[in-house]
Amino acid sequence: MKKIKHSEITPENIYKKRRSFVKKLGFGASALAVSSFPLISNASSKDRNELTSYKDITTYNNYYEFGTSKGDPHRNSKMFKTHPWNISIEGEVDKPIKLSMEEISDSFLSEERVYRLRCVEGWSMVIPWMGFSLSKLLSKVNPTSKAKFVAFESIYDPDQMKGQKYPVLNWPYKEGLRIDEAMHPLTTVVTGLYGKKLPNQNGAPLRIFIPWKYGFKSAKAIVKIKLVEKMPMSSWMWASPREYGFYSNVNPNVNHPRWSQATERIIGEGIWAPRVKTLMFNGYGDQVANLYTGMDLKKFF
Amino acid sequence: MKKYFKPGIFILSTIPFLFIFYKIYFNKLGPEPVKEITHFTGEWTLIFICLTLSMSPLKRFTNLSVWTSFRRMLGLFIFFYATLHFLTYIGLDYRFDWNPIFDDVIKKKYVFIGFAAWVLLVPLAITSSQKMMKLLRNNWKRIHRLIYAIAIFGSLHYIWLSKTIFFKPLIYFIIIIVLLLLRIKINRKELNYG
Repeated sequence: MKKIKHSEITPENIYKKRRSFVKKLGFGASALAVSSFPLISNASSKDRNELTSYKDITTYNNYYEFGTSKGDPHRNSKMFKTHPWNISIEGEVDKPIKLSMEEISDSFLSEERVYRLRCVEGWSMVIPWMGFSLSKLLSKVNPTSKAKFVAFESIYDPDQMKGQKYPVLNWPYKEGLRIDEAMHPLTTVVTGLYGKKLPNQNGAPLRIFIPWKYGFKSAKAIVKIKLVEKMPMSSWMWASPREYGFYSNVNPNVNHPRWSQATERIIGEGIWAPRVKTLMFNGYGDQVANLYTGMDLKKFF
Repeated sequence: MKKYFKPGIFILSTIPFLFIFYKIYFNKLGPEPVKEITHFTGEWTLIFICLTLSMSPLKRFTNLSVWTSFRRMLGLFIFFYATLHFLTYIGLDYRFDWNPIFDDVIKKKYVFIGFAAWVLLVPLAITSSQKMMKLLRNNWKRIHRLIYAIAIFGSLHYIWLSKTIFFKPLIYFIIIIVLLLLRIKINRKELNYG
């Protein structure tokens, strides 16, 4: 099994060229990832699927552990230590384990996965993540029949994360998924982006990414994954249950009290670019809508 | 010396505008320029609200009447930055697409209260001249007390639109509340002496 080395740094312009080359040929390592990206039929589809620049992805972040401004995570996470790093997988499982980051990168191959990130604030990016399906990681522990939900816990280290010194959120950051959502192949364990090691401000050394949900569902710097029977409480639900539901699927028909969810701005498009229409399930409906058949998504927002 | 105060303050007050103009012109607004302009003009509106409300307490504490002579100009700068903020939102962000704007105003309380604050600023701007002051006499003072409501609305607008109250929304809220409380004390004193 050949692994993609994060140390093989590719300049962004070459990276983009290489991708379009692969796309034109219609085969190669990233062809799969490209084909899984939803096709959008409206006029702006070309701009919409264009990769967001590395600079914008790594300097415009919501990561309140490092501060509440968009530029804070980039500025304040430079010294963040991601080594050594252990992740424990526990709860309703046959064999709880503790894995080091090295063990994870040795046993799981990271592939390129281009997904759109839709923030609850009404903006979006297209990011070439590096990662693998969470289901692969969970299969290591054999969840029991009682495992109905998966709870994610991020690191708590106020000495390194100055945002945690203040009660901005109920630290440590917690998120959760229903087990079938967690086992869905689109739910990704992220270890890198743009073919490089995951930058600290994007959730190094390991985060999850759920493309059809608002960005805050995708917890960063994860240290604990716990399989549980009851629906876990996330940090944002705890902060404001009226605004942040457990599911938080991207849904242009359910209004957030503060942001328009019908439209979004594409990051990096410049001042004169108009908003574009937000897609149900962020454009991944073909693949995930069946997880919610029969559910009132206005009620379970 | 004194005659340079007002022009000086006028020039200082236009600096935020020139700054954002420069940033727009040279494309220095970062990944989300429209939001940047919206936030920038919104925050400067709040700053001018705080400055305007500080003038009469400053007059009291320093025993210098010069402070309140800046009030009209600072107040008009509130209107200036609030209008830029409002135009950015309806024009640049929503392209004068009235349906979603209307939807926002009635469905989102932060938009509603922000819009209400801007609407209340309009009569204050219209009646700001010396002429109007004379024409309206006692009513002028009554009308211009609307600024207290506008200040609270502006602060609530910021709190409600933010994901958490920490820290800037909270700081502006505290400053505005303190500035308003100072007035209650002042008025009591006046009553006692009167």
